Amino acid sequence: MSARKSPSLMLIGYRLYIAAFFVFLAAPLVAAGTFAFNDSLFPSLPWQGFTLDWFFSATEPKLGMFHDRRLLSGLYYSFVIATCVSALSVFVGTCNAFLFVRHYFPGKNALYVVMILPLVIPGVILGIALLVLASTIANSLEQATGIELSFLRPGIVLVVLGQFSFIVTIASLVIVARLRKFDMAMEEAALNLGASRARVLATVTLPYLRPAMIAAGIVGFLVSFENFNTTLFLVGSEAPLTVIMYDRMVKVGSTPVLNAVSLVLMLGSGVLALVSILVQRDRSPS
Amino acid sequence: MRSQRDIRRLSLFLLLAPFALWIVLLVALPQLGMLFLSLREKIAPRVYEYGFANYVSFAGEPIYWNTLLRTATMSLLVTALALVIGFPVAYYIAKIAGRRSRGALFLLILIPLWVSDLIRAFGWILLLRETGVVSSLLQWSGLVSGGIEFLYTDATVVVGLVYTVILFMIVPLVSTLDGMDEAMIEAGYNLGGNGFTVLRRIIIPYAMPGIVSGCIVTFMLTAGSYLTPILLGGKNSSWFTAQIYDQFITRYNWEAGATFGVLLLAFTSVVVWIGLKLSGQSLSTTVARS
Amino acid sequence: MTETASYDLQCLGVSKNYGAVRAVRDVSFDIPNGSFFSILGPSGCGKTTLMRMIAGFEEPSAGDIRIKDRSVLNTPPNRRNVKMVFQHLALFPMMNVYENIAYGLRCNRMSKAEIERRVSDVLARIELPDVADREIHQLSGGQKQRIAIARCMVLDPDVLLLDEPLGALDLKLREAMKIELKLLQHQFNTTFIYITHDQSEALVMSDYVAIMNAGRFEQIGTPQELYHKPKTAFVAGFVGDANRWPCRVVEAFGTTLRVETEIGLPLTGVACGRNPPMQAGAHGELFVRPEFIRAERVRTDGSPERAGPLNVIPGIIDSQLFNGAKSRVLVRGPQGMRIEADVTLTGGEEDLRPGEKVELSWPAEQTRCFAAAGSATGADPGAEPA
Repeated sequence: MSARKSPSLMLIGYRLYIAAFFVFLAAPLVAAGTFAFNDSLFPSLPWQGFTLDWFFSATEPKLGMFHDRRLLSGLYYSFVIATCVSALSVFVGTCNAFLFVRHYFPGKNALYVVMILPLVIPGVILGIALLVLASTIANSLEQATGIELSFLRPGIVLVVLGQFSFIVTIASLVIVARLRKFDMAMEEAALNLGASRARVLATVTLPYLRPAMIAAGIVGFLVSFENFNTTLFLVGSEAPLTVIMYDRMVKVGSTPVLNAVSLVLMLGSGVLALVSILVQRDRSPS
Repeated sequence: MRSQRDIRRLSLFLLLAPFALWIVLLVALPQLGMLFLSLREKIAPRVYEYGFANYVSFAGEPIYWNTLLRTATMSLLVTALALVIGFPVAYYIAKIAGRRSRGALFLLILIPLWVSDLIRAFGWILLLRETGVVSSLLQWSGLVSGGIEFLYTDATVVVGLVYTVILFMIVPLVSTLDGMDEAMIEAGYNLGGNGFTVLRRIIIPYAMPGIVSGCIVTFMLTAGSYLTPILLGGKNSSWFTAQIYDQFITRYNWEAGATFGVLLLAFTSVVVWIGLKLSGQSLSTTVARS
Repeated sequence: MTETASYDLQCLGVSKNYGAVRAVRDVSFDIPNGSFFSILGPSGCGKTTLMRMIAGFEEPSAGDIRIKDRSVLNTPPNRRNVKMVFQHLALFPMMNVYENIAYGLRCNRMSKAEIERRVSDVLARIELPDVADREIHQLSGGQKQRIAIARCMVLDPDVLLLDEPLGALDLKLREAMKIELKLLQHQFNTTFIYITHDQSEALVMSDYVAIMNAGRFEQIGTPQELYHKPKTAFVAGFVGDANRWPCRVVEAFGTTLRVETEIGLPLTGVACGRNPPMQAGAHGELFVRPEFIRAERVRTDGSPERAGPLNVIPGIIDSQLFNGAKSRVLVRGPQGMRIEADVTLTGGEEDLRPGEKVELSWPAEQTRCFAAAGSATGADPGAEPA
């Protein structure tokens, strides 16, 4: 800012600050990742030597993550949940984008704010509110008719719905931003060249939206995968990975297998985040 | 062409349907349900009474509202710290860094954004606990003789929370500052401003949407966070979300839990609303853009 | 035009209202086969609305549009054989050049081999045979332009609409594209309807130009007719440059008028326009093009004799506007009246310089007088006989 007054000293100080910030940013992640390779039963110093046991060992006490059934089932449920949430969010987000960019109806601006609202409701609240509603409905239904609707009880369906309720906002915002940049003349050009409305949508508009839809899908997937606050209240017997890791951390006491899982998750989310950034970059620098 | 208009109406209806289902079933009704539950009091098995009894008992229990106050002040503190620490970083990335390093630095910010709170907190535990890296390094260097426990203090909780949310502050800041024309800053100096006035009169007003957006998201994430305070602050960290969990899961007192939920929601909404009013922004100009 | 001629496009009393706003008012015209027809008008005059009605993106509130003698009012835009080059071209960025051009053919369910043949054929005709595999963002501005035209021409349209497609190009390229468009039109021998607010584009390229103002056609004619025989004050002022002075008619002899400008300067002019002949006392507006005004140094030995009735006034050079062959001087006339006159500036001693006294002269028949009321804006639809 005032760097131009005494450029050298100010700038060096500024750079040091930025460097310190990135050290701060990296330190816990590096710590979480590095101890995955420590040949010790505890994720702490001293360093006992390098090992890959925490990934691949099949025997106790150093049961590697790829042989730990609980962890693997958590990974599987996380994956299933994240895939459902991401697909649903992209679909509804695309509908929302067309609704808010292409249509005019009374109360549109107010509804647009309503669409953003789930992003400023704490995740814990979204979780308990959905839990309360679903349980109330399930209870009264059971009392009145004796029918038990199991999907209204904590479980995978509720987790998906709970996460979806705010992730769809993120997806909508990403896709809305892209659709706003769309030049309507392109649709008219396609019509003018003889395409039907459905064909225009399939060959011009949706391909144009594809980068945003992919990015929204990836971001939705990542947010769902790492979500804990909303999930915590809605989870049933099919616990996703974050919940299992939390239980281990609090109850069992951590072994480096958690570091191994953390490292895999960090790498996975890093790669996916990179992909989502790359697909959103426009090919044409117009 | 009548059919043309009918098609538009039909498509409007079809697009409105998923939106309405989502907002009504997953957002509005659950919140109302929670509000409804918070107004109910169990006086005997299957016998309920409606009123503000839950709120009265909340007000009568200093532990509860102290926790809320504590959560509130710490959230505001974390938000302010995140802004003060994050703004120079965002400014550096958007305006000072060279063309090539700018993209790389922004990637370094964006990629860890999606690392779970759990892993971040876990990392801090490994660094800061009595047998952790920092303590071991201090002993090894001879500065201290015994192990030091850094965990379970308020300072640690604040550091951990700032760490968790700061990227959500920096990203919107970078994207607003990025859109600012360098010439505006140069014109500011050219017209006789010094570094401070340029910052105050030009840069900060321009970055306002980003600042507001970052602060709202940061505040929200902090006040609603659960993992970081529990893991870094321990069971006695007195965080409001922990109280909610306690009521819901441990004590199975849903009425009280719902009351706490309504209070937390009301509290964060009021803070967000005040923030928007004070800065003259709206949700669609801030959060929607980041 | 002759009674047997068939027209590529006819508009019959076409109007378009948006609520109370009358964007297009009762426009009628026919375009003979294979001509280059321009619609020229200031922004907001309704020319884009008119074009969008022809393409089928808007429905006329009244009137009929006929293509090849058949009404297309009930034909949706994707079934009209009218193709359009959009203002910003609207090439599809997610497809390459080949796919862009093949798009319309694919919509017509043409066979693959046939599509390939036609695409390479049209690329050869626009002299870009090797760009089929390029991405759109790899093309230059002029190449994009030609691809946008090829994408339409490959469908063999009855009419090609062009909506200010040169607007986004820089000046040099725009000049080159004007000529190129004209050549392309000759080559395809298809009717081009070209919309623009840039008169030089319209005048250079077109066989016929329609001047549009406030939703209606002021005049249709060849570029020369519009320039030299404007029928309304708007056309006289809009096409080419002109000195404009309000005036009052003193005496009328048929179409020859003796008038007085606001400041009492007596001049001779001719009555123009479709309105009934102007009478003494009527208010009007004078238009004189700068290229007809001669500016000469005042000589002590008196002015040379000139043929024909002339307007002559004294003046002082205010400033020189040098622009090569199109140089001009600003002259201050009697009572501060400002006159622009074209001159030749050679850089030698003979050039007129600021401060010099000059005599301005121009022929009476180049002093056009239009009736003042409403004719400049054409705002009152009832006043004008069809």
